[in-house]
Amino acid sequence: MTSFLQAGAYLLFGILSLFMIATATSAGFAIHGVIILIACILAVVTTVGRLQPSPNGGWIVPDTANGGYHDGVIKAGVIATVFWGVVGLLVGVVIAAQLTFPTLGWGIEYLSFGRLRPVHTSAVIFAFGGNALLATSFWVVQRTCRAQLWAPGLAWFVFWGYQLFIVLAASGYVLGITQSKEYAEPEWYVDLWLTIVWVAYLAVYVGTIVKRREPHIYVANWFYLAFIITIAMLHVVNNLAVPVGFGPKSYGVWAGVQDALTQWWYGHNAVGFFLTAGFLGMMYYFVPKQAGKPVYSYRLSIVHFWSLIFLYIWAGPHHLHYTALPDWAQFLGMTFSIMLWMPSWGGMINGLMTLEGAWDKIRTDPIIRMQVAALAFYGMSTFEGPMMSIRSVNGLSHYTDWTIGHVHSGALGWVGMISFSSMYFLAPRVFGVARLYSLRMINWHFWMAMGGITLYTASMWVAGIMQGLMWREFNAEGYLVYSFAEVTAAMHPYYLIRLAGGVIYLGGALMMVWNIWMTAKGRVRDEAPLDAGTPHNPHTDRPLVPVGAAQPAE
Amino acid sequence: MDYQTLRTFADSWGLVFMGAVFLIAIGWALRPGARTSNDDARMIPFRDDEAGQ
Repeated sequence: MTSFLQAGAYLLFGILSLFMIATATSAGFAIHGVIILIACILAVVTTVGRLQPSPNGGWIVPDTANGGYHDGVIKAGVIATVFWGVVGLLVGVVIAAQLTFPTLGWGIEYLSFGRLRPVHTSAVIFAFGGNALLATSFWVVQRTCRAQLWAPGLAWFVFWGYQLFIVLAASGYVLGITQSKEYAEPEWYVDLWLTIVWVAYLAVYVGTIVKRREPHIYVANWFYLAFIITIAMLHVVNNLAVPVGFGPKSYGVWAGVQDALTQWWYGHNAVGFFLTAGFLGMMYYFVPKQAGKPVYSYRLSIVHFWSLIFLYIWAGPHHLHYTALPDWAQFLGMTFSIMLWMPSWGGMINGLMTLEGAWDKIRTDPIIRMQVAALAFYGMSTFEGPMMSIRSVNGLSHYTDWTIGHVHSGALGWVGMISFSSMYFLAPRVFGVARLYSLRMINWHFWMAMGGITLYTASMWVAGIMQGLMWREFNAEGYLVYSFAEVTAAMHPYYLIRLAGGVIYLGGALMMVWNIWMTAKGRVRDEAPLDAGTPHNPHTDRPLVPVGAAQPAE
Repeated sequence: MDYQTLRTFADSWGLVFMGAVFLIAIGWALRPGARTSNDDARMIPFRDDEAGQ
């Protein structure tokens, strides 16, 4: 019965999309109407098509989980994460090339840097990161609650609804449909759709927690839940807007400095709750699982949680130093950002110390190695961030490529590595095969990613600090020494190095695509086992000496 | 309710309220009685063998 109601709702949306197409005054809005129409038709077909006749008469949705956990939607999430990861990184490489060689794009408006840049940021944050969070959160909440997903059909709606949001957002940017708020570019109708999807996500998550069989709610779920609730709040408040008629244009309700502060309250908490809290949920489950050891200190994880939640939400004003924002608000943002260093490092130490007594796994297990690297980058970027939020430091770093370097040490290092490692953990399990295709390829992926990050962040640090220093250079007469164009020209070699770093990082991700693809097909690569280090006797912790070799003097 | 009222509330009672809630949350986690439940809770990821209904 509910399936038919759902199909009816999709039909209504389909009619609405016909109205969009019919009344559209711009090509972009009509194209969005067509995309929504296609999505509605597919939704109706699959909703009705999966129904089977019930033995008692009527129609039922077959239980694909057979009483176990609902892992179908997680499998789809793993595939989507890998797919969007490559798309997002590829667009990143393209725009890095455009910054290095500005004529790339050939004057075609759809390929201009301004339109492709939000495609890159949204694809890596919301498409890659978002799908990784969806997949892992559905995995973690079921396992740690020992309960099946509440409303698995709704979970599928969340997954496909989120993919539609991504397609509408990305195609909108290319077509020039944007409300020009950083990381919140989608226009009002796409924002409304995401709100519906997000409320459904919250319902599935809370519903599963409510029906849990484990009395205590494991800390990873606290982080995931904080991520879901806070993103809902940020998304709604920052995107309040009045559309201009029935078309792809709206005006935000905020103006002036209030608009700026709302935007950066949103923007920084997208970092804090999407890219940090959500992925910490991932960390608190997958690091203990892969290490086979419980988290170092559960008490510290709770202190980590509350400190992070209470401090992060106030840090946004550090994006508006030396602006029209009142000084007290700037200092508030700076003070809370500096205090954030402590919970961040508490969390990093908690994650790393989980490996206490199992440090050898860094050498023998490439997934652990990725997780440790992710935690190290979490620590590095959460030290660098508070430092850059200090007003005098920000005076040098703001608007320069130092910020870009900082963001990418967090994004490529922390978010990327923890997501890749979780995908490697999930892949054999969701595809129902005994093991991954290749462990050695994870190792290659690891080293390519590390090489890429090193080139990327190091070049952007040098470029950014140089840029900041050149901009502020005065001569004896009080004039600026360098023109903007001269500074831009000086950046060229560093842009080339950054481009190389991005290409290498993308290469590592392609290795993951191949590895997970082959894993899904059930193949196992014929390879030598990974080096377990010097042959040694684990009981005496002494190296084994080959027969006939000289014995060391006792 | 104008800007000044909100701002004064934020740096007085608002701050006290948020600080108190934070200290209670941390204190609850650090209380000696939490030790046994924490020791139990950290093992949750390893008890995932069966799904309930």
